[in-house]
Amino acid sequence: MSESEHYTLTVNGVERKVSDAWIGESLLYVLRERLGLPGSKGACEQGECGSCTVFVDNAAVCSCLVMAATAVGTQIATVEGLNEDGSLTDVQEAFVTEGAVQCGFCTPGLVMAVHHLLDHNDSPNEQEIKEALSGNICRCTGYGRIFAAVDTVISVRKGISS
Amino acid sequence: MPVFIPSSLAEATQLLSTNLDAHLLTGGTDMMVEVNFNHRHPETVIALRKVPEFQQWNIDSNARVVHIGSSVPYATMEHGELAKALPALAEAARTVGSPQIRAAGSLGGNLGTCSPAGDSLPVLSALDAIVHLQSEKATRSLSFAEFMVGPKRNSRQPDEIITGVTIPLTNGWQGYAKVGVRNAMVISVASVCLAIHDGKVRVALGSVGPTIIRCSESEAWINSVGLENVDHAIAQEFGAKVRAESRPIDDHRSTAEYRRHAVGVLAARLLLRGVQK
Amino acid sequence: MTITKTQRDILGSSALRPDGISKVQGDYEFSSDLHAENMLWGATLRSPHPYARIVSIDVSAAWKIAGVECVITADDVPGQLTYGLISEDQPVFANDVVRYMGEPIAAVAADHPETCRRALAAIHVVYEVLAPLTNPEHAIDESHEPIHPDGNIIRRQRIVHGDMHATAPIVVEGTYDIGMQDQAFLGTESALAIPDHDGAGIEVFVATQWLHEDRKQMAKCLGMPEEKVRLVLGGVGGAFGAREDISLQVHTALLAMRTSRPVKMQYGREESFFGHVHRHPAQIWMRHHANTDGRIVKIEARFVFDGGAYSSTSSAVLINGVTHTQGPYQCPNAIVDGYAVRTNNPPCGAMRGFGVVQACFAHEGQMDKLAAATGIDEVEIRLRNIIHTGDTMITGQILESVAPLERCIRETAAMPLPAEMGLQPHELDLPGGSGRTADRRNIVRGIGWGVSMKNLMYSEGFDDYSTARCTLTNGSVELKFATSEVGQGFVTLAPQIARSVLGVDEVTYDTIDTQIGSAGSTSASRQTWMSGGAVDGACRMVRERLFEHVGSLHGIEPLRLAIDDTDIIDTIGTLRISVQEASANFTVSETFEYHHRQTEDLDENGQGNCHVAFAFVAHRAVVDVDVELGLVKVVQIATAQDVGRVLNPMSVTGQIEGGIAQGLGLAVMEEIIVTNGIVRNPSFTDYLLPTALDAPQVLISMIEEPDPQAPMGAKGVGEAPCISVTPAIVAAIRNATGKSIDRCPVRPQDICF
Repeated sequence: MSESEHYTLTVNGVERKVSDAWIGESLLYVLRERLGLPGSKGACEQGECGSCTVFVDNAAVCSCLVMAATAVGTQIATVEGLNEDGSLTDVQEAFVTEGAVQCGFCTPGLVMAVHHLLDHNDSPNEQEIKEALSGNICRCTGYGRIFAAVDTVISVRKGISS
Repeated sequence: MPVFIPSSLAEATQLLSTNLDAHLLTGGTDMMVEVNFNHRHPETVIALRKVPEFQQWNIDSNARVVHIGSSVPYATMEHGELAKALPALAEAARTVGSPQIRAAGSLGGNLGTCSPAGDSLPVLSALDAIVHLQSEKATRSLSFAEFMVGPKRNSRQPDEIITGVTIPLTNGWQGYAKVGVRNAMVISVASVCLAIHDGKVRVALGSVGPTIIRCSESEAWINSVGLENVDHAIAQEFGAKVRAESRPIDDHRSTAEYRRHAVGVLAARLLLRGVQK
Repeated sequence: MTITKTQRDILGSSALRPDGISKVQGDYEFSSDLHAENMLWGATLRSPHPYARIVSIDVSAAWKIAGVECVITADDVPGQLTYGLISEDQPVFANDVVRYMGEPIAAVAADHPETCRRALAAIHVVYEVLAPLTNPEHAIDESHEPIHPDGNIIRRQRIVHGDMHATAPIVVEGTYDIGMQDQAFLGTESALAIPDHDGAGIEVFVATQWLHEDRKQMAKCLGMPEEKVRLVLGGVGGAFGAREDISLQVHTALLAMRTSRPVKMQYGREESFFGHVHRHPAQIWMRHHANTDGRIVKIEARFVFDGGAYSSTSSAVLINGVTHTQGPYQCPNAIVDGYAVRTNNPPCGAMRGFGVVQACFAHEGQMDKLAAATGIDEVEIRLRNIIHTGDTMITGQILESVAPLERCIRETAAMPLPAEMGLQPHELDLPGGSGRTADRRNIVRGIGWGVSMKNLMYSEGFDDYSTARCTLTNGSVELKFATSEVGQGFVTLAPQIARSVLGVDEVTYDTIDTQIGSAGSTSASRQTWMSGGAVDGACRMVRERLFEHVGSLHGIEPLRLAIDDTDIIDTIGTLRISVQEASANFTVSETFEYHHRQTEDLDENGQGNCHVAFAFVAHRAVVDVDVELGLVKVVQIATAQDVGRVLNPMSVTGQIEGGIAQGLGLAVMEEIIVTNGIVRNPSFTDYLLPTALDAPQVLISMIEEPDPQAPMGAKGVGEAPCISVTPAIVAAIRNATGKSIDRCPVRPQDICF
């Protein structure tokens, strides 16, 4: 590529240099192909599937629609940063134990979306859960086991806090 | 360097004045789709997310207006004070794409793109919003009708940036409804915003014409009938008049016939909601 | 947090996916996540026209772009120029004619995806645009010139059974249209090809449903012996039939061979819509003759499947369609005529349900018409006609499978209906959802039924088999198979089988690749039966060897030994020894090839024992409809499914719920819209998939009547969930609206006008 961009992104709390990038690269592309963080998945490139969900300054956004070079100075968090010691978060654990994972392609994005929901609302009702996850398409599960996983996390968290 | 991230309005307009072909980027949710789908190859980009004025909103209860900066995300409009002040805008904001899109997308993007399917645009039209533009040297304020001039065409000059909108508060009911063939995350097939102010109805339509259509004839008719006289039959007739003012086309998302029908149904329903019948 | 287990993960338990933890953490390697040192990106140039003659292709400008390493066209294909699953009629690259929008013409390899895009834009193709054949009837009536040397009719199959002249007092007929559905797996097509250092062979990591079939087709086109083409399964992000045909396999391998560098290719979503086959759109006419008691006397039918430009599996889809004309009902007399035709529309092939989805939409519409004409309740009319084990089907084949159809229907009917909508429903529970289009008073509720039977495995004489190897060492087992894991959970099931058969707990599986015999495709609801049968067989062989070993050590006849939990016991003696201990310093490895029973071709009258086995299911749908706007919210699906035996309840639940969502999509929103051969909506903005807010409540009953023909008594569960749910939802919409709707997906304008 003749064009070249050099910038630094803060990903999962670590400053990461990006060199010789094309201006049109999305944050999703840079995370996956330049920074070795392939946990965020690309399935639609237009914000219609949620597989690439990351947090930018604590907002859950589609990384495919963030121009990477404009994310300088923001705090970017990806699925790889949820629990860096390799253990599972409660949401991740519930996804495994409740059968919310089949092919798994939508899973990292959904895990991020569920964390975002429950970080902002510790007892969402059914409609709030569905609306919060309506931007994450899953083609395998029909969502039933995903809802079951969310319900499990909510009750476990309540059990711990009460 | 082809990516600029100005941190003040003055810096942004200055940058634009010397890079007139630059792409202005707010949430990125429109432009990055075009880049990803190979329809656009940006060379210079001015990202506006760090300009403080664009991220601010306030409700001026004395002047009875709301000001919303062009980068305020839709998510902010869905709940809280803004939603209380502008319920129709909150309802429209809730239908924009997915929660992830609403966390990034903003009025600046809808106005910049000016698609007839832009979810917030019928609200801006029905509420008589004023669009603010600024260049390095001058400031302009345009009514929504003056601003949107065609499908994906607006009267922004190349050196101007959309800084925000001013939306007058209404003293009556306001609401929004949008048809899509899915219960969430769907492009509008037809949408309607209806607002009542000083006992007078205003209605604007999305996705049924080259621009947002403000239904002046239907408004005049219903206002001559009087809101106190609205019943189901009147609402049906109002719907028929709104239908007649729409100018939809056939495309892969729907048919002109259905769109015409749908805006009539929605207008009638919103009117009944407005008068609580 | 860590996951603790309380029970052994044997058959019948909800064992957890072994890949679950890596998938939730984002470190599971999908094929699109793979990288290699010095790797290039590949990309494909595709035709913008549905039908055109290629006058010239000039690639010289693409070669001149910095970063471009290779440009290939049909002239560069070293082996066979065409490929295909059943008939090899599809060019690797079009060279004289393009026959559908999106057909590949050239491919490039370069240092960056954007360089690839620029290279593609620099290739100059001159087309002479031709008038496309887009109406399937014009393929049948020969009013359009042949668009392919093989002609415009891919296959015609008639079924003539019983008395052609039979008739009955009640006659109902209808013409049903089924739209083109996309599998829409989330992980788009991708592959990484790494050439051997000596240039003689290649290793390809690819997301596919059938490694060995891919290899066979690739080797022919690459002009290489099969053993020089090694395929490894890259992580697969869903399949649903769309990975049965090859897509980018030959292109990626060829670019890698030409450049002597690793090449990765990955389709974007738009390209994915052009890169794989879709569910056949079909038009089906049916006329049912019945007695006044509702019993079917004769069915006449005509099927037209639009196969698009290339044949893919169209001929097999056609057979599935016509042989399921009767659905799960007795039918003594039938006259069926079916066509799979070639057009300049997108190629169609395998998708979950494979021809039966289309047939079922028609026969269930007919059953409702029959109910209306006879005044018999829609549940009762089905019960009166249901097929039983031992009945003769319209192909002359006797139904041998266990057929608990009555239980499926009665258990579904017994499930609770959803509560009536309250006076102040949540806006998201109304049709139109967040668009807030409806008020409570605009809504009408409807209930509809759909019942189906679906053949399992391949048909018509195909010698289908699967291979597995089981190696037992020191109390732990390693399995080896080439079964594609596409999300369905075979990697969960296979260790469960080994634990049950061998009494071990530690079971791993080796890389899924072509270093063992074929497993056949992950399709046709066949892997639990076929590859499950192979794993079961290999484990049983190992168990025999283990018993011989233990028997000789202890002087016991091996036949007396059995597995009890994790021990080996003497069934008529006192010996009890753990498998762990018994297999200490003992290694045994056995490979087993499982074949299902032979089937046969249909004759010219559509007679023959063409299918292996069948599964049954009933669906009841409850919908809320905004009649005036034509918007639908599916409230509840109740289903009872014949599963034979439940091997993993959580996996089966996932298959059923997921299949229902896909059937819901076909009922109310999913359709690839094609106008004059041009695809209008190749994106997730305009090809709508059900979201979390579209998901209905699902009530499930799994009917367990183990099938003695199935290796573990278990039938495949993948396809049945998505078949009769579509007609059930459409029937519920008819019930709510009183409108006659004979197409799917149902569009708003089909309801409100």
